[in-house]
Amino acid sequence: MGTTHIGTGETKSAKTKTTTARVLSYIFLGFVTLISLFPLYLLLINSTRSHIEINAGFSMLPSMNLPLNFQKAAAGGGLWAGLLNSFIVATASSLLSCYFSAMTAYGIHVYDFKLKKFAFTFIMVIMMIPTQISAVGFVELVYKFGLDNTFLPLIVPSIAAPAVFFYMKQYVESSLPLEVIEAARVDGSNEFRTFNTIALPMMKPAIAVQLIFAFTSSWNNFFIPALILNKPENKTVPILISTLRTNVASGGASADWGMVYMTILIAIIPVVIVYIFVSKHIVQGVALGAVKG
Amino acid sequence: MNKKHKSVSYAKWGYIFIAPFFIVYIVFSLIPLISTFTYSFFEYYERGLDVVGPNFVGFKNYADLFDPSSYINNGEISILTYAGNTMIMWIMGAIPQLLFSLMLAVIFTSARLRIKGQRFFKTVIYMPNLIMAAAFAMLFFALFNTVGPVNQIITSMGGETVRFFDMTVSARTLVAAINFIMWFGNTTILLMAGIMGIDQSLFEAAAIDGATSWQVFYKITIPLLMPIMVYVAITSLIGGLQMFDVPQILTNRGEPGNSCKTLIMFLNDYISGSKNYGVSGAISVLVFIITGVLSIFVFKTMGWSGKKSKKSKKGV
Repeated sequence: MGTTHIGTGETKSAKTKTTTARVLSYIFLGFVTLISLFPLYLLLINSTRSHIEINAGFSMLPSMNLPLNFQKAAAGGGLWAGLLNSFIVATASSLLSCYFSAMTAYGIHVYDFKLKKFAFTFIMVIMMIPTQISAVGFVELVYKFGLDNTFLPLIVPSIAAPAVFFYMKQYVESSLPLEVIEAARVDGSNEFRTFNTIALPMMKPAIAVQLIFAFTSSWNNFFIPALILNKPENKTVPILISTLRTNVASGGASADWGMVYMTILIAIIPVVIVYIFVSKHIVQGVALGAVKG
Repeated sequence: MNKKHKSVSYAKWGYIFIAPFFIVYIVFSLIPLISTFTYSFFEYYERGLDVVGPNFVGFKNYADLFDPSSYINNGEISILTYAGNTMIMWIMGAIPQLLFSLMLAVIFTSARLRIKGQRFFKTVIYMPNLIMAAAFAMLFFALFNTVGPVNQIITSMGGETVRFFDMTVSARTLVAAINFIMWFGNTTILLMAGIMGIDQSLFEAAAIDGATSWQVFYKITIPLLMPIMVYVAITSLIGGLQMFDVPQILTNRGEPGNSCKTLIMFLNDYISGSKNYGVSGAISVLVFIITGVLSIFVFKTMGWSGKKSKKSKKGV
């Protein structure tokens, strides 16, 4: 934009100025890249170093003890159980929240009904209410019905995910023409079939982005799971991390640090790997949805 | 005629499609929300294996929260102390976050700088947002504890071991630092979307008129970006009020001496320990009121931003 007239009129000093500004910008970008990646780099390096090596001194270079740390972290099987629990909860809740959010967005977009406007406004308002606010009543309800130490209260509520709905609604408004649905009706398709076989495939890009967001937020969720899961075999990964922290004395001298770094690495690696492959869509998704996680 | 016929015959499908969402919301969020409010007026907690209550006590839980000599408090009003801690740690993270994000958003969108590798940089700075906050906090504990790499560097250079988690200032700074690292990428992307939403002809006109980039930034970018910056700041504040995972794990439940304990950590203590639904209900209601006031602010500023941008377009 505007390069033609700037290009011809640019003086030598203006050019130097631009070059300086560009160099400074890259230095700044290098700095923020360092801030974002360096802690993770140290994590990666230290997961390959044994407890003795870590205690011996600081190093920027990896060692050979990744398998040793892995064995120690996996010992006792608690971590495997935690990973499996987290995986079950995150998979089920992300699938449910995406399917039913898409369904709700479709319902409000496609049909005309009396409470349509109210339903939409209602969801927009509840989107602002933090989940912690209703935690007291939620936890009481869970214990009253004996659902503590089950995954049900972590999975089923994902059906009502206002932020996911909002993203889907914006998507169907821009990319789901009502003519397509009319055409399906003419062909004799019933409403559910139209949604499942015609609308849902057309919403794939939005669903893919939201599946990742929903999976990640469930995988990382700590507050509510910690309140309702207290048997060792039911714990999810963030709860295991918090147990690890409680077990390490505040000075930190008593821990096996190779094992600690390894556990942290295992906790975050699934999300990081998925992110590396689909980052482009995720970053676009943040800009489009403009919704905080 | 045709349209009217359609809306009549298909209306019930609208209700069927939105029913699961609303039923689940009512059962798992709305009813709990209402009972949270209700319990705040009741004495209702566990003592050993017994359950005391629920007995109606009016505003007693609220009075206890604000009475320095009640069983909740130790001579001070804990809830105000913890609200203060939350605000201090939020501000320590949010100010650098806004400054960095604004600089990054301007750099990325500048037509003059034409930064290469934008996708790489955006990917990298957004990544910490997806990392488990609990794991991030544990990583910082591993790096900054007395035998961790940071202290190894300090002592190898002849310094003395710094006990980061035994001092209020350093413990709070580390909480703020994690929040900053986790959120500045997200804020950058939001502000970039805001800058790209500004009418490009304004920048072109400024370039023709010979405006310096500093003038463009001050006279065009900042004023037109203001509504979005206010939106970002307030949503960040609402998020800040919910601060829990990072300080809970990094500072081992608010150490040293509860100086890093936040409002939600306080709430968590009363739900998880004695299952005191009365007191925790009252804390929830107070947090809800603060959040509600801020949310109304957000809605107002968003409406304001809509009007503003229309006006500016007409002006040009």
